Amino acid sequence: MNDSNNTVARPLADTDIRQRLELYKKKKARRSRLTFFLFILPALLFFANVVLVPFISGIVYSFTDWGGFSFAGSQFTGLENYRTAFSDARFVQSFLFSFKYAFAMLVLVNLIGFSLALLVSSKIKTKNVLRSIYFMPNMIGGLILGFIWQFIFSKLFVQLGEVLGAEGAFFNWIIDERMAFWSLVIVGVWQQAGYAMIIYIAGLQSISTDVKEASQIDGASWGRQLRHILLPLMVPSFTINMFLTLSKALKEYDINLALTNGGPYGTTEMVAMNVFQTAYRFNDFAEAQAKAVLFFLVIMVITLFQVNLTSRREVSA
Amino acid sequence: MSDMKMSTKKSITGAIVGWILSLMVIGPVYIIVINSFKTRGQIFSDQLGWPEVFSFEFYSAAAKQMSYLNSLKNSLIIVGISVVFIVLIASMAAWALARRNTRGSRILFYMFLATMLIPFQAVMIPLIQYFNSWRLGSGDFAFKMIDSRYGLIFMNIGFGMSLSIFLYYGFVKSVPLEMEESAKIDGCNQWSTFWQVVFPNLLPITVTVAILNVINYWNDYLLPSLVLRKPALRTIPLSTFFFFGEFNIQWNLALAGLVMTIIPVIIFYLLAQRYIISGVMAGAVKG
Repeated sequence: MNDSNNTVARPLADTDIRQRLELYKKKKARRSRLTFFLFILPALLFFANVVLVPFISGIVYSFTDWGGFSFAGSQFTGLENYRTAFSDARFVQSFLFSFKYAFAMLVLVNLIGFSLALLVSSKIKTKNVLRSIYFMPNMIGGLILGFIWQFIFSKLFVQLGEVLGAEGAFFNWIIDERMAFWSLVIVGVWQQAGYAMIIYIAGLQSISTDVKEASQIDGASWGRQLRHILLPLMVPSFTINMFLTLSKALKEYDINLALTNGGPYGTTEMVAMNVFQTAYRFNDFAEAQAKAVLFFLVIMVITLFQVNLTSRREVSA
Repeated sequence: MSDMKMSTKKSITGAIVGWILSLMVIGPVYIIVINSFKTRGQIFSDQLGWPEVFSFEFYSAAAKQMSYLNSLKNSLIIVGISVVFIVLIASMAAWALARRNTRGSRILFYMFLATMLIPFQAVMIPLIQYFNSWRLGSGDFAFKMIDSRYGLIFMNIGFGMSLSIFLYYGFVKSVPLEMEESAKIDGCNQWSTFWQVVFPNLLPITVTVAILNVINYWNDYLLPSLVLRKPALRTIPLSTFFFFGEFNIQWNLALAGLVMTIIPVIIFYLLAQRYIISGVMAGAVKG
């Protein structure tokens, strides 16, 4: 009100107007910068304290002889912790085991998830019910799933072996080195195939019916449609799903803890568990932190490599 | 005609295969449930059969041992408050980041994005040490981040930021600017523009963000196990864990405990199933 009165009362010179406009713009920009800052401030506050500070200090600690409590008085020891980590056979072993697990999960979760998606995207009447059932295990956490299956593998399987007279296949899998691995894979697949399925269903729905109908009219068989139409157009879904399965499998801890707890004799210990044990069981905090940094680097390299590799095969229709 | 018949036949085979596969999912849950009713003698010798008598004694014993109602209360409080804060804070931040097109805001966004790759173990040890130093006073009324519900809630909010901001950011980018601009012309400031115009329009992605975070934090074990030490503060996964000592699991109690642990999850799933599945889909497409 005041402003407009002023302008009516006293016509401004051209340069005057420009100056005031400039000033006004600056003020507005400053104000919008302030609002922007206030809007992200709460997020930054939580995030910086919970993720950034521990992450950065963790990297620093990994180069010292930090004892797990106060950092004051710790000495820099260069790469000493990394050297110890690499010479720890059990740590290297746990990495190999995690890789093996992640590879099996990558193949099986995606194969089964994609097949389930194809199944419930067909013309079955009860497909919505089936879809809900397949997804259900995903709602239950890895810890609880691990306990449920521990009963199945260590108790039910023994009786199944006796009843079916198939003790060669059904016995206590948890205490057998080779089958303990597969028990972890089965529980992991049981949990995650439904999630992958949902993402594949979303991918299948995004393919236009025109493309599918056109290929049907051209007389393409189901197999050829799958290979030449569906699979190439589904590459984005494969990229996401493979990324999710890989990173989740490499980070797995809960199922590992609840199902085998690293046993028998530490043969099924994954990296996450090894880091945890190094810190909270053996109290080698600095060494554990060096292992954790290596763990992060490996996950980053593998997942970025995979995303790069698969997304290069994306096509558009 | 024959084409029709072919496709019905195919879909019947599909249905049969589908239902057989669903037994793979239902089977283990069924085994757990029927065994949770068996007597100590029967559970030891016969895991396959039907319970000779339905005994509920292990349920009451397990409920007492895991302080079921108290654990449930702790889980509800911790997950509920964490998720409300995550939704409010992440939506605000994501809107500001998405609407401000400067290098600084892009750098911030990519920082949130990049940290999604960090495994929890990479921050776990310094995190606990860092928050151990956040304490004031002593005794029951001391302020402390370790061994308190609000401490865990604070950490949950921090860990929830990356994924939630990422999901909101993608959604905000797809919402047209016009309404926000007309609100501005009507004299709304940024604060009321956001809460009155923008936030209600973000509802679909808010449902997704809330659901993904609820599933995530309800099942979380490792962080709560490091933060909450007093038994009275235990969440559901923590109190279930204590049935599984290193040796000699009492399966009667453990199975009853497991069934009681799953029940709230199943109820939530049955009620919110439609939103959960579409939420996961929306979350994935943005990824």
